[in-house]
Amino acid sequence: MTPLYALQKITRALLTVLLIVSTVFIVLRLSGDPAIYVLGLDADPQALDAFRTRWGLDQPIFVQYLQFLSNCLQGDFGYSYFEERDAMEAVLERLPQTLLLMGVTGLFTVLIGIPAGVYAALHHNSWIDRMTMLVSVAGFSLPNFVLGIFLILLFSVTWQLLPTGGSGTWQHLVMPVLTMTVAEAAVFARFTRSAMLEVLHQPYMRTARAKGLRWHQAVRRHALPNAAIPLVTVVGFFVGTLIAGGVVTESVFAWPGLGRLLVTSVANRDLAVVQIIVMLIACSMVLTNLIVDLLYGWLDPRVGSLRTGN
Amino acid sequence: MTTHTEIAAPRRAKWQLKLPLLIWFSIAWLALMLLIAVTGDLWQPYEYQAIDLHARLQPPVWLEGGSWSHIFGTDHLGRDVLSRLVTSIQVSLLVALVGTLIGAVMGTLIGLIAAHFRGWVDDLVMIAIDYQAAIPFMILALAVVAFFSNSLLLFILLMGIYGWERYARITRGLALSSIQHGYAVAVRTLGASPWRIYGRHILPNIANALIVNMTLNFPQTIMLETSLSFLGLGIQPPMTSLGNMVGFGRDYLLTAWWLASLPALVIFFTTLAFALLGDWVRDRLDPTSR
Repeated sequence: MTPLYALQKITRALLTVLLIVSTVFIVLRLSGDPAIYVLGLDADPQALDAFRTRWGLDQPIFVQYLQFLSNCLQGDFGYSYFEERDAMEAVLERLPQTLLLMGVTGLFTVLIGIPAGVYAALHHNSWIDRMTMLVSVAGFSLPNFVLGIFLILLFSVTWQLLPTGGSGTWQHLVMPVLTMTVAEAAVFARFTRSAMLEVLHQPYMRTARAKGLRWHQAVRRHALPNAAIPLVTVVGFFVGTLIAGGVVTESVFAWPGLGRLLVTSVANRDLAVVQIIVMLIACSMVLTNLIVDLLYGWLDPRVGSLRTGN
Repeated sequence: MTTHTEIAAPRRAKWQLKLPLLIWFSIAWLALMLLIAVTGDLWQPYEYQAIDLHARLQPPVWLEGGSWSHIFGTDHLGRDVLSRLVTSIQVSLLVALVGTLIGAVMGTLIGLIAAHFRGWVDDLVMIAIDYQAAIPFMILALAVVAFFSNSLLLFILLMGIYGWERYARITRGLALSSIQHGYAVAVRTLGASPWRIYGRHILPNIANALIVNMTLNFPQTIMLETSLSFLGLGIQPPMTSLGNMVGFGRDYLLTAWWLASLPALVIFFTTLAFALLGDWVRDRLDPTSR
């Protein structure tokens, strides 16, 4: 990986973050007068003016933009008018629950998706391969909320084994994690399978066999490490779907995480909170993609050497 | 008549060999959905908004207490579930269709523009694509709904924007390589205008990849629309969509499971049928992308 490649990727990531923050600001200002949201249309004009002065809304738009940027840099992301406290505080309070959900889901996804994909690829065109692919297609065409509803009907209503929602014990974790894992593992299995199939047909696999390696040795030493490289690229996509899926899943199971906070804040139009969560998600996505790019450039030197021209 | 069927039978058998059973089911299901969407009124015994407080939460006909007057039962306001289901299918399919078309046209156009002008235009488009791909679209849609409050027009536009970057990326990449090909160089040398080169020569050549992307994008648009409607942030009452019905039915899972389950099943079968069909079409049209 050349330093130029890394530098280009990092610059682009920073630029994207700036773009995201700016868009949030533009959208925030375009969407109307926050004073009217909070105080209502029929509020006392004096109160409205006081509110605008208090939050700097009477300044020229460019000044507001610079103020917004400097606030962001200082970690001041506004005040939640609904929660009546610092918006960042409200968001940070929910973060651990979401990370717990995502972490456990990620673990199961990798533990189920990758072996399933590898197994399917090694038994290409067998009935197991076909079944795996069918289950995988079914898995990712099943929207989270649909699966969630069916799980609740089965485990909570019919068998009364698990609580319908909330958090606290491991029983609360079962259904949300299951809901998210199905979709994620489906994608992982599919991608692992196609990456493995690609590798298994490479000439170096034939060479490995020709020099006397047993099939499982060749697979372990040559196929698996090479198939793992393209898998790195799915991670970015994976984090994205995990976040989006988390929003729905958390809402279905009343899981007190960021996703549910986002949905309630959107419904209440609690803009400060929405803004933080969106920026948080966008930045973590940019960071994930940056890591993926750098990792990919490091693992596969052909990508890392920046082609000039074109 | 008998001779007819005897002759027709082997032909059909040949067709069945070509199309796997699951693809047949997918096509049949989607045809049914399309039929329901087009001939909606014929399937609706009641107005979908008609309230009948004397017949609240009636079970479907096959359960105890159900009756033929409400085949799929009624909801908490006594509205006929079958009638609501039909309208929901119409709304969900229409929104997904319009959304997919907007996204395809917009994305393809942007991709062609990037490929044609190159330079800073191309850079700008690439940054926009990266930027769009960096944020899960659902989050973006939620933010837009929060900031601008919900309206049907805005919502359909959002569904249209969804996925544009994939069309743009595919079109740009393929157009860039097509321009180098002999046929494009030849047409250009003959003095054809850019409109003609792209419209008549390059687009038809890359259409396969775009069609494949459309079949993949369509079920995803349905999933996005139903998810947002489920959260109460998509299609708003008194209008109804499949996601909407699941969302309201969720509160009655204990007492009236059919309210959420029936639309949920419709969503699942529809997205599954599209995914199976999309996979199959992709294998057919684009053998390189396995």
